[in-house]
Amino acid sequence: MSISTVQDGVPAVPAPGPETVKADKRLHSRVGLLTVSPSVLALLVWMIVPLAMTIYFSLIRYNLLYPGENEFVGLENYYFFLTDEGFVHGALNTLWLVGATLLISVVAGVLIAVLVDTPFWGRGIVRVLLISPFFIMPTVSALVWKNLLLHPVSGVFAAVWNFFGATPVDWFAEYPLQAIILIVSWQWVPFAVLLLMTAMQSLDQEQKEAARLDGAGPIAIFWHITLPHLTRPIAVVVMIETIFLLSIFAEIFTTTGGGPGYETTNLAYLIYSQALLQFDVGMASAGGLVAVVIANIAAFILIRMIGKNLTEKA
Amino acid sequence: MSMLTLKQSRRLQTVLIGGLAWLVALAIFFPIFWMILTSFKTEIDAFATPPQLFFTPTLENYVHIDARSDYFHFAWNSVVISFGSTLAGMLLAVPAAYSMAFFETKRTKSTLLWMLSTKMLPPVGVLVPIYLLFKDAGLLDTKTGLVIIYTLINLPIMVWMVYTYFKEIPKDILEAARLDGATPAQEIVRVLLPIGKGGLASTVLLSLILCWNEAFWSLNLTASSAAPLTAMVASYSSPEGLFWAKLSAVSTLACAPILIFGWLSQKQLVRGLSFGAVK
Amino acid sequence: MNKQLIPTLIASAVALASLPAAAATTVTIGTVNNGDMIRMQELAGEFERSHPDIKLDWVVLEENVLRQRLTTDIATSGGQFDVMTIGLYETGIWGKRGWLTPLENLPADYDVEDIFPSVRDGLSVDGKLYALPFYAESSMTYYRKDLFEQAGLTMPQQPTWEEMRDFAKALHKPDQEQYGICLRGKAGWGENMALVTTVANAFGARWFDEGWKPEFNGDAWNEAIAFYVDLLGNYGPPGASSNGFNENLALFNSGKCAMWVDATVAGSFVTDASQSKVTEQVGFALAPKQVTEKGAGWLWSWALAIPASSDAKEAAESFVTWATSKGYSQLVAEKSGIAAIPPGTRLSTYANEAYMAAAPFAQTTLESLEKADPNDATLKPAPYTGIQLAQIPEFQSIATQVGKLVSGALAGQMSVDQALKSAQSITEREMKRARYY
Repeated sequence: MSISTVQDGVPAVPAPGPETVKADKRLHSRVGLLTVSPSVLALLVWMIVPLAMTIYFSLIRYNLLYPGENEFVGLENYYFFLTDEGFVHGALNTLWLVGATLLISVVAGVLIAVLVDTPFWGRGIVRVLLISPFFIMPTVSALVWKNLLLHPVSGVFAAVWNFFGATPVDWFAEYPLQAIILIVSWQWVPFAVLLLMTAMQSLDQEQKEAARLDGAGPIAIFWHITLPHLTRPIAVVVMIETIFLLSIFAEIFTTTGGGPGYETTNLAYLIYSQALLQFDVGMASAGGLVAVVIANIAAFILIRMIGKNLTEKA
Repeated sequence: MSMLTLKQSRRLQTVLIGGLAWLVALAIFFPIFWMILTSFKTEIDAFATPPQLFFTPTLENYVHIDARSDYFHFAWNSVVISFGSTLAGMLLAVPAAYSMAFFETKRTKSTLLWMLSTKMLPPVGVLVPIYLLFKDAGLLDTKTGLVIIYTLINLPIMVWMVYTYFKEIPKDILEAARLDGATPAQEIVRVLLPIGKGGLASTVLLSLILCWNEAFWSLNLTASSAAPLTAMVASYSSPEGLFWAKLSAVSTLACAPILIFGWLSQKQLVRGLSFGAVK
Repeated sequence: MNKQLIPTLIASAVALASLPAAAATTVTIGTVNNGDMIRMQELAGEFERSHPDIKLDWVVLEENVLRQRLTTDIATSGGQFDVMTIGLYETGIWGKRGWLTPLENLPADYDVEDIFPSVRDGLSVDGKLYALPFYAESSMTYYRKDLFEQAGLTMPQQPTWEEMRDFAKALHKPDQEQYGICLRGKAGWGENMALVTTVANAFGARWFDEGWKPEFNGDAWNEAIAFYVDLLGNYGPPGASSNGFNENLALFNSGKCAMWVDATVAGSFVTDASQSKVTEQVGFALAPKQVTEKGAGWLWSWALAIPASSDAKEAAESFVTWATSKGYSQLVAEKSGIAAIPPGTRLSTYANEAYMAAAPFAQTTLESLEKADPNDATLKPAPYTGIQLAQIPEFQSIATQVGKLVSGALAGQMSVDQALKSAQSITEREMKRARYY
């Protein structure tokens, strides 16, 4: 909308000759290179320097608690990381955590966005309440859920269960991964709601009305008009959330510490335990590199699946 | 029932939908409400079973926190670090996104994806290398150090967001400005920023939220002088003895500024996101 | 002329910049957020008043976060801290590495000889003291005298674990929110493994044999873990596998546990009316034994050390000696009551009749500390030092992983056999990786 006004305001100019355009393009691509360079350079430094150090560390024996014993060990660190009992669990849990949270936040996000789309009393307040969890620190939300809500003796959930005569559930022992998914979803559903709620506002109401007059029920309208309209924002939600969910750490650290057993150990947590419990920098470096490879594979698949939606102009 | 007119049934529908929406919203907000409520309980009340909704409120937790830690010191660090790194991030992200969106080459897309993939490196994997670098550069426990780290961490996502907003802007506008003799800097400042205002604002907000809530680097690279609110929360998280109420109070204090800020800027955030994410 | 100008300028700038530093040395103290340390922070104003040239900066963090923070800093000689609050475990390892400043030539009125010999030994490497104990603890049994009386039971001076199970069975009434026994179940080398190792010690187990091979596939460990899982799983509170010291303290204080085996420092918390509902009903006994008494109660100390990378060693030393001195105990007694004196560090505290009278837990604490011997903690000889831990760098990580497995077995996610089998292979792997064999 604002775009068209600006467009109108631009005075019409005669089309430039082909020569000038060419020279202009060359000049501007150099300008482009120049302007892009600071941030690409910053990112390069950020990536290359620690990356080079990480690669180097991953090939030597480097335990902070054994200073001075830094001999070259080849791929030993990788071998130990990949054969770690927690590795397969870690990879699978990462997948579960990301997949389930994405599914929950997209489904719940769409439903809630549709629900709050029609005007009703206090809609402004409802919206503010809905998106609030997104502003809360991950550590805080984990602590609140763990100690105030899910605690099997004094938590709110236990009280609700007791009220209905059921035995309170010990969430972090019986359903640890599900409990973590619940907490993480609570933080990320609001983000999906925020995006999708906004997207709903630009839905063509006339089209909806026309479909209704043609005799389409609310479910048909949802499937054929609303959902297609939301494809692109859903792709954005999936993209951004995946990036953050792959490295979920604080929530696990605060609640279960990766246990019981390996039930809630994801790759980020596994690497943490190598780096800051064993202080085995060599193995943590190897693990970090393995995680980057896995993340890039995930990113590649993701881009294949939804990338068109993001980089192409819709 | 059969006497219901169309108008009445519509009204009933609105009431039902409204009721359901309120229910969902209250359920989602409940944990925050409960946290704030618990912060006004005594420790014994906070651990009571069944949990109490009605109790004699007390300010003792806040008084205790005030006596033990300097809240404003932590909060000020959070503010400086969040705003500092958001500013630095925007200064880097806007030109990058500008050239990516308007001077696309074959490599633009792969650069963008590569930037995003750097986000996926688990921070803990590079903690020791970064710690050593920071030690040598004298950046440990400085706000500058955290600003640098946060800028670099959030840069990929900022570039990507600004890029999507810029992509929406028709190229003709820039062409026109260019023919008027505008330099790239003028193009950005005079044409792109006003048009992309909404999108940029929401990028800024997102960056602020992410910086405010970041708890790994802020704990591991600071000691006392640069420690932000996340470090303050960590000092209350599981001491010996009953701690639920104090923890709730400190959490409330740590989250309140960004929560209020988020509420106030909610409309702006929504408008900006819609700009990029929605056609 | 010009050639000298710049150095002169620099020199004077440096001199100017260092002036305020000379006026007040800043000492950065990293410490745990335990009650006694928080009190130290409150009382430190007194120290600053008597030492106007020293400014204290506090970094108070939760135990796990603090430990990783401090280890990263000291191992990279980051120099961010001048005083570190560390445990018995780290002191030995770090002292050996030369990362800590040895504390020699302490002032005579500090009276080093007054410190409990076992604690002093634990904080020394090759006869040199590397940290001063702030408080020390063993473990003991807390029980509810009222519930025992009602049920007609008597707690012996040192029960066996078998007896503990019978008591727990008799007193377990989950419908009244009264649980037979509360024990640590939360995974962590300083959480469940501290308790579990003392149970295992009592059942005659040890972490490593003389050749540093783990013994989880032996009978002693199997019996101990099976017993622990059965006891806590059947007669413990719901959610036992996520309860650590804190959670159990909260449960015990709110009257939900009939018995609890945990750190002796909890004595002053369970008898403190501002946080406990059961102050009058608590009884104390030694930590349970089974086939042996050795290693039944643990030994731990939180101590203050000065890293070698500190740039304010002298100021740091004066703080460290102040905070662990007899004078500090006196100050605590004046300000917060005599029972709040940091326990377990000084013989003179336990020779003080006023303290013994005011602190009902003191006698049992004293006996527990006297029994704890880190150099002779297992039925069969062991190559390591430590009761609930083995003082080697690998222990922290191994025990964390084994702790997760034990909590997995407790939560019913895996069988005891499975857990022990994994524990055996993980430990062998780590020891091999660390080149023990």
